[in-house]
Amino acid sequence: MGALVVFLIIIAAVAIMAVGMYNSLVTLRNRCDNAWSQVDVQLRRRYDLIPNLVETVKGYAKHETGVFERVTQARTAAINANTVKDQAQAENVLTGALKSLFAVAEAYPDLKANQNFLMLQEELAGTEGKVAYARQFYNDNVMKFNMRQQIFPSNIIANMFSFKPRDYFQIEEEVARGPVKVSF
Amino acid sequence: MYEQIARNKWKSVALVVFFMAFIFLLTWFFEYATGWGKGGLVLAVVISMVTAAAGYYSSEKVVLAISRARPVTKEEYPYLYNVVEGLAIAAGLPTPRCYVIDDTAPNAFATGRNPQHAVICVTTGIIEKLNRVELEGVIAHEMSHIKNYDVRLQTVVVVMAGVVALLSDWILRSFLWGGGRRRGGRGERGGGGAGAILILVGLALAVLSPFIATIIQLAVSRKREFLADASGAMLTRYPAGLASALRKISADTEPLEAANKATAHLYIVNPLKDIKGAVNRLFSTHPPIEERIAALEKM
Repeated sequence: MGALVVFLIIIAAVAIMAVGMYNSLVTLRNRCDNAWSQVDVQLRRRYDLIPNLVETVKGYAKHETGVFERVTQARTAAINANTVKDQAQAENVLTGALKSLFAVAEAYPDLKANQNFLMLQEELAGTEGKVAYARQFYNDNVMKFNMRQQIFPSNIIANMFSFKPRDYFQIEEEVARGPVKVSF
Repeated sequence: MYEQIARNKWKSVALVVFFMAFIFLLTWFFEYATGWGKGGLVLAVVISMVTAAAGYYSSEKVVLAISRARPVTKEEYPYLYNVVEGLAIAAGLPTPRCYVIDDTAPNAFATGRNPQHAVICVTTGIIEKLNRVELEGVIAHEMSHIKNYDVRLQTVVVVMAGVVALLSDWILRSFLWGGGRRRGGRGERGGGGAGAILILVGLALAVLSPFIATIIQLAVSRKREFLADASGAMLTRYPAGLASALRKISADTEPLEAANKATAHLYIVNPLKDIKGAVNRLFSTHPPIEERIAALEKM
């Protein structure tokens, strides 16, 4: 009788622990999803700004068609990216293309004085900052989620319910780290 | 970190309770001295509870009003808003409202009783004098104050300590100027010695209370500045930005007119600019700027 009670208590304790671990894994996974949607919101905002920017620059620098095409293509590729890895790669290309767009703008003093251009530039710089922070927040959450899946004993629960580790959102290119810097 | 948050919340509660007790004692002494009896006791309880509640819920408004800050829109300061929104994302907090003080002295503070009611307030000077990474460092520092619930404690302190100081000043004056009249009144009722002792205790309390208020202020600041610097650097991942901002702000000799002793501890750098010498350092609400910069540079 006594042994049975002890056995039942142990079973109950293990069950409670398992439930707790499962719940914390689910919580962490949802946090990752939420953090990713933050990244997504900021990336969309950035994509929305780009056509305006291209139009404004076009008004002053009609002949630089190659640059405009590159930016537009990179933007489309980034919008269509599906996985976190693809997205990161597409973002790198887009950031590079935007940099060459701003380099073009350097050569046109009228453009650099344009109020609309300045505003777009500030918006873009602000949005890039937000993308970077959202990415950082996402990566922190991914780290916690992945770590919980690897450490004992919650790795048992993670395996049992087949939780999958998330990809980090990494910007590989060293120069792509900061927001686009344009000096006047 | 979570321990710090729990401690801040606990301290806030303790402070409000302490404040209530203090107001209760003061009003009760006052009413005893003026001979209100039992009704005065009830009134004292009511007054202390109402002031504590009002102080708690309106504290950020009081702080902003004292500092002569005005709310700004995103259209007016897109740069400031972009930085604040970015760091709110980094910290995983709702975007705080932004307020601006029209003053060229560079400084900033955060206030509010929780992250949902948080406000970040900067001077126009800080927007003009700092570059983007420096401003991000400053805002990240303020965002950490919000995240750690430092703002609740610090804001509550402003209002509660302010009221304590004001009330004790008021009571002290009423004892000094109205003493003769009251002594006559009690003589008729024959209150005698006990009344005199109570008046003495009340007087001592009234004299001591500004010191108590000052000590509360000191107890809540300092260490948390270092902590906010560190966790701010965690948010931007760039401690050099904040270090450079602190250097710029402290190099600026202009005092901030809207700041006073009650609100000084809220600001990122002491806005009163009169901290020199060992004694002042002992009573300063902020750790020396050189130590903060050194700590940031070691990260």
